[in-house]
Amino acid sequence: MGTSFGRGGATSFQQDWQNSDCILIEGSNLAECHPVGFQWIMEAKARGATLIHVDPRYTRTSALADIHVPLRVGSDIAFLGGIINYVVEHEAYFEDYVRLFTNGPSLVSEDFKDTEDLGGIFSGLDEEQRSYDPLTWQYEGEEVGAASGQREQLYEERNEEEGGEKSSGHRPSVASSGRGESHGSGGAAAHPNAVRDETMQHPRCVFQIVKRHFARYTPEMVEQVCGVPRDLFVKVCQTLVDNSGRERTSAIAYAVGWTQHSVGVQYIRTAAILQLLLGNIGRPGGGIMAMRGHASIQGSTDIPTLYNLLPGYIPMPHAHQDDDLEAFLKGVSTDKGYWSDMKGYLVSLLKAWWGPAATEENDFCFDYLPKLTGSHSTYETVMAQLDGKCKGYFVVGENPAVGSANAKMQRLGMANLDWLVVRDFGLIESATWWKDGPEIESGELRTQDIATEVFFFPAAAHTEKNGSFTNTQRMLQWHHAAVEPAGDARSELWFYYHLGRVIREKLSGSTDEMDAPLLDLQWDYPTEGTVAEPSADAVLAEINGWDADGRPLASYEQLNADGSTVCGCWIYCGVFTDGTNQAARRKPAREQSSVAPEWGWAWPANRRIIYNRASADENGKPWSQRKAYVWWDEEQSKWVGHDVPDFDPSKSPWHRPPAGSRGAEALSGEDAFVMQADGKAWLYAPAGLTDGPLPTHYEPQDSPFENLLYDQQRNPVRQVFARRHNRYHPNPGTRGSEAFPYPITTYRLTEHHTAGGMSRWQPYLSELQPEMFCEVSPELAEERELVHRGWATIITARGVIEARVMVTERMAPLLVQGRLVHQIGLPYHWGTNGYSKGDSANELTAISLDPNSHIQEVKALSGDIRPGRRPRGSAANDLVEDYIRRAGITSDTGMEVRGDH
Amino acid sequence: MVKSVCPYCAVGCGQNVFVKDERVVHIEGDPDSPVSRGRLCPKGSASLQLTTGETRRLEVLYRAPYASDWEVIDLDTAMDMVAERVLRTRREFWQWDVEGKRVRRTMGIASLGGATLDNEENYLMKKLYTALGAIQIENQARI
Repeated sequence: MGTSFGRGGATSFQQDWQNSDCILIEGSNLAECHPVGFQWIMEAKARGATLIHVDPRYTRTSALADIHVPLRVGSDIAFLGGIINYVVEHEAYFEDYVRLFTNGPSLVSEDFKDTEDLGGIFSGLDEEQRSYDPLTWQYEGEEVGAASGQREQLYEERNEEEGGEKSSGHRPSVASSGRGESHGSGGAAAHPNAVRDETMQHPRCVFQIVKRHFARYTPEMVEQVCGVPRDLFVKVCQTLVDNSGRERTSAIAYAVGWTQHSVGVQYIRTAAILQLLLGNIGRPGGGIMAMRGHASIQGSTDIPTLYNLLPGYIPMPHAHQDDDLEAFLKGVSTDKGYWSDMKGYLVSLLKAWWGPAATEENDFCFDYLPKLTGSHSTYETVMAQLDGKCKGYFVVGENPAVGSANAKMQRLGMANLDWLVVRDFGLIESATWWKDGPEIESGELRTQDIATEVFFFPAAAHTEKNGSFTNTQRMLQWHHAAVEPAGDARSELWFYYHLGRVIREKLSGSTDEMDAPLLDLQWDYPTEGTVAEPSADAVLAEINGWDADGRPLASYEQLNADGSTVCGCWIYCGVFTDGTNQAARRKPAREQSSVAPEWGWAWPANRRIIYNRASADENGKPWSQRKAYVWWDEEQSKWVGHDVPDFDPSKSPWHRPPAGSRGAEALSGEDAFVMQADGKAWLYAPAGLTDGPLPTHYEPQDSPFENLLYDQQRNPVRQVFARRHNRYHPNPGTRGSEAFPYPITTYRLTEHHTAGGMSRWQPYLSELQPEMFCEVSPELAEERELVHRGWATIITARGVIEARVMVTERMAPLLVQGRLVHQIGLPYHWGTNGYSKGDSANELTAISLDPNSHIQEVKALSGDIRPGRRPRGSAANDLVEDYIRRAGITSDTGMEVRGDH
Repeated sequence: MVKSVCPYCAVGCGQNVFVKDERVVHIEGDPDSPVSRGRLCPKGSASLQLTTGETRRLEVLYRAPYASDWEVIDLDTAMDMVAERVLRTRREFWQWDVEGKRVRRTMGIASLGGATLDNEENYLMKKLYTALGAIQIENQARI
């Protein structure tokens, strides 16, 4: 979403669903995974909206939908691409919106070659590096910087242009640099004023490229690839078309059913293109909602515990020669839009961290920031653990021993550590694998041989600490401590503050340069209560920031690049306006408008629907009265409406910036996507993505089906790892592929939470969902002699598990490429500990990653199923080895870049 | 009664937490919330068990190298031991340069977690890890 629109967050808020005329839920089982949010979808339905659910399984969401579309797992780009083709072919797009607010009219470089020209790949593929050089994807004429995503893609070119010293060696592998989520706020580098053809007829304009690109995604193709009958597919297309335009809006909601693929970011890009063509972004009842599964998963990317980001989506710097603050900024910021003020955001962050030590003379301690040299995602970290290159590990409220892809490699990595710290409520599998994990059972590991020191620290609950969560709609809400934690239970705030304090005490007096960032660190937070809990309010105040006189800032527009302001996360600037904790605001819903601006605080600047300038036309008038949201008021000469305008409030719709303007000044009155380098939403991404400017259907890493659309089977730049315990399945149609005939997908249940750390220890929840099971169709049950409530054994080249069998018509077989396909559904919450026990679905999953986000493909894999319980002890591994041998799997299997073998 | 937010998914339902004699005795949906309007799902409704249930551990445990079981250790001792290990591993895997390019970092220490935590907690984590030079800092958002 960041690459398409400029910010990597939901564009809208859940309550706004009630204003939708049609809601498409795909890649999400909203009714079961977000039941309370789902009430707003039911509100829409009660008001006459049409609800469409596209999902391999028939779930409670499907049961409440007007249209349920079962499709084959891993085929969503083909499905959504088909809708795009339908919209374009039937000229059903919102032409004025597309021309005004998207890059549809922008011309693309002559050097660009599409998948149509190159048999399923884009220009710039470097097969040896397994990466794309994105230079040819740029607009005609000049380059454009990405507001998010791979913002450093053009670093070397830019600094060379300026006479910088030419870097030795080849360009860094983009696929390994890992910038996918850095478009959280601020778009990719791109030419601010691309050559445009307002008629959108030029063969090299984005609109025409999009049209050609998706032309082969016909209803017939969708039927063959997705297993969706043509008439059902056309019904979905027409329903969306009928409910979009000036008078009507449609919304899309997705979850990890889209992100967890080797081409996951492009799933969401496809939805973004569709919503832009239909004119549904920035308008009430429209938008794309990312439904997230953890209380503060949005917050943990905004203030990132992620390797590639600093707070507020500022990229972590990569190692370059002669790196300094200016070179870094030149490489990653944009000329136009609010992202061009990155220096102010970054300098204010450096001041928050290193205070008086950060001065103009020393580049505000920019050198104190550690530098990246590629991807350092959690999966690369596991490889580093296995290789003995990473020896200490903190696991904080996560359970990778059963919750991350390829659970065995997670555990073997931990068995190779010097020390491991686990912080959780109870003894989750990640804390106890050394005494009772599957490798102990199988005899692969013996407890007395494992050198890893393990610390378990009990964690405090949300009722025992102050703090804020950022929910799925970018809204911060404060929770107040009700009691102090008992025993040795402590908050993470306590743990990290005191750990830092002890470390700094131990280093006190050190003159070693490597310790300077720790000793200069601003780390004096007031503590309170009997356990000396650091003040969460004080931390939030630092996140918000203050001016030279110590007064709390109200907006990121107040941030300066000269070191006079302090701000720990620029997009959260304003959450402590006037010294008041805005996240703790709780004006009851019934006492305010349906937008509820005085409940909590949403970034940016308390805007609830972002890009809302797009809810009005070129003259600032609402597209229709029915969909009025923010508009230009002539008399007051400002933007007004139901929400905070996501636009300079005094900039008229007719404003045209003088030549040579920079930053926010360079935005015209029509540039509704203010974080983007060109002020436009991107149908086509000239920068910012590692695997292409347009979405393309590729088959999952492990798929029983060939790619019908192109000769290119898989995403050529997906991240794959040829490791002993991470073998991939043979390509469809090749020898051995028949060993793994069934597509498998994983999912969550209402009664459990992720890897179970917060649910398998609760008696109520464990009673409601007591054990691991699999869902299969009656037809598959018959084919494989599976008995309802009996046991099944499920096998992949990574592992084997057992599960109770649930035979259900909810898993309808689909006709794909003339073949009846049976899909297997696996919830993934389990492990060996707690009240509710079972094998983990992640014993089966492989580490194959999206090259942008480095998210694992666990929503679409393949495997085999047979009746009965799995073998015990070493016999379990023997069974997996037998499958690997029979399928002829080697370290080369599934590793190709080009083609299908 | 204390105003709170459900700790499970990201819908962000409001919770009212009732306290008696310094103990949490009841948790229910907050009818004032514009998002949840007083409702909680089965997980949110079970958060009293999450916060006050008997399966919560309240002591620090330590498993020594090659040991067959846990031992209980003192919190302050454990904090000191972890700090020692962080400093040792940090130094052992310290890098000033990689292929001639300055990196100023340690590759010895990694961290996983954050999506269930507060913004303020993630902030202190990222701040401390960055000052340590640790870069392999990740959370569930990636997973």
